[in-house]
Amino acid sequence: MVAIKQVSKSFGASRTEALQACTLDVPAHEILCVIGPSGCGKTTLLRIVDGLIRADRGQVFVNQTEVTAPRPDVAMVFQHFGLLPWKTVYDNVAYGLRVQGRADADLADAVSRYIDLIGLRGFEKNYPYQLSGGMQQRVGLARALAVNPEVLLMDEPFGSLDAQTRELMQEELLRVWRSQPKTMLFVTHSIDEAVILGDRVALMTRRPGRVKEILEVGIARPRDPETVRRSTRYLELREHIWHQLKVEVVGGNGQ
Amino acid sequence: MSAVAEQGRAAGRRETVAGLPPAGIRFLSVMVGLVAWEAYGRALHSVIFTYPSAVVRAGYELIVSGELQFYLKSSVIVLSLGLVLAIVLGIPLGILMGRRAVIEHAVDPYVNALYATPLVAVIPVIVVWLGFQTKAKVVLVFLFCIFPILINTYQGVKNTDSRLVEVARSFCSKEWRLWRDLILPSSAPFILAGIRLAIGRGLIGMVVAEFYTTITGLGYMIVQYANTFRMDRLFVPVVVLMIMGVVLTGVLRHLERRIAPWLYVAREE
Repeated sequence: MVAIKQVSKSFGASRTEALQACTLDVPAHEILCVIGPSGCGKTTLLRIVDGLIRADRGQVFVNQTEVTAPRPDVAMVFQHFGLLPWKTVYDNVAYGLRVQGRADADLADAVSRYIDLIGLRGFEKNYPYQLSGGMQQRVGLARALAVNPEVLLMDEPFGSLDAQTRELMQEELLRVWRSQPKTMLFVTHSIDEAVILGDRVALMTRRPGRVKEILEVGIARPRDPETVRRSTRYLELREHIWHQLKVEVVGGNGQ
Repeated sequence: MSAVAEQGRAAGRRETVAGLPPAGIRFLSVMVGLVAWEAYGRALHSVIFTYPSAVVRAGYELIVSGELQFYLKSSVIVLSLGLVLAIVLGIPLGILMGRRAVIEHAVDPYVNALYATPLVAVIPVIVVWLGFQTKAKVVLVFLFCIFPILINTYQGVKNTDSRLVEVARSFCSKEWRLWRDLILPSSAPFILAGIRLAIGRGLIGMVVAEFYTTITGLGYMIVQYANTFRMDRLFVPVVVLMIMGVVLTGVLRHLERRIAPWLYVAREE
């Protein structure tokens, strides 16, 4: 579904290399978690897949067509939520559909379906600033799902939430994914999150980011996070990933 | 200790004197000022001084004779025409400056130069070119008003959260949709603050224009009664101007809070 082929990207006058020949494939309905030390270009990679920025070298294909600009079959959920503060929950969820030119009468069904799915019923008329961080990200998720994309790009969506809310949102995402099994590229810096959610986990090196290793999680779905956390496979993966990440993080700090 | 004082302390403010709420202190302060003025004015018995009760009486006379309404009307027409013109031209130009680098750099020197110029200096020029009629006064008010609106709109557009612009692009928003969904609402508080500043400047422009063109308006009333030493009547248009300024900027400030409630949440909590 998503094919990232040898993507490289540099920034600024000094041409600091953020990504170096990244190659990843995400089959349909798979959740691929990307984990790496901060500043390794994970977010850059997502922005390239979304078509927000162009790669210097290499190509990205979604559904066999090359990504050259943002497209309606790919939607992104942002770490900073990215809600419009002057729009209500309802209008924020409807935003993507309105931008695509759908008429109000035409989109009401879809919007209210996703408001129900994400558990926002009763908050339609609230403004984002009246909601907690977790609720705001539910709006962000509903907005992305409402355009019915084939691919969801998750840019550390729960990164700015507190630990408890974060775990609740992970369960919530697993529940939503069961009814809407979207192809998902999920960037995170939490090992726990990557193992709980992912079918596979891609480990990245420190800058310039390369794919270091791809791990099969191999834990059956549907998953219950609490049970998963007690399994030996979880502990094994956690230890392995942490071991690999530590090398990158410590190395990145120049020893 | 009173509950009010405790609340004040909880809000991190200094304790209020004698447990009075801020509004009470304000009211008392104004009363003390007025009474002192009245007492001093009555004791002085001077031709070139006046006191509040005399101003109130003069105001009553001017309203009964219809003189105040007549001059007020012409002033209000000048102010509103100039202000509306400044809003209608200032906002789109400000948005264009904020979104298009060519226009930004082309217009910037003019805006900077004219905003820095004390506009009172160009009044004689405008009078020579446009005469003593409403047209000249409207143009002057417009010149006084447009810069805060233009500059604030431009700042507001520049201040639009670039992360939200990226969200809009991610959802494949067209440029015109971006203006409507993002640029305008996010700069609305800036634009309203600009209009509020413009009203203050517009009032100055209006009065000064009326001083120079001396045919009608509240400014003309002031000049006329100053020349004849009718100090009580002179203060009537001054008080009216004060009320106009306070009410108009108050309404705008209220609108600012209404239109962008999310900006005030942190301050209220």
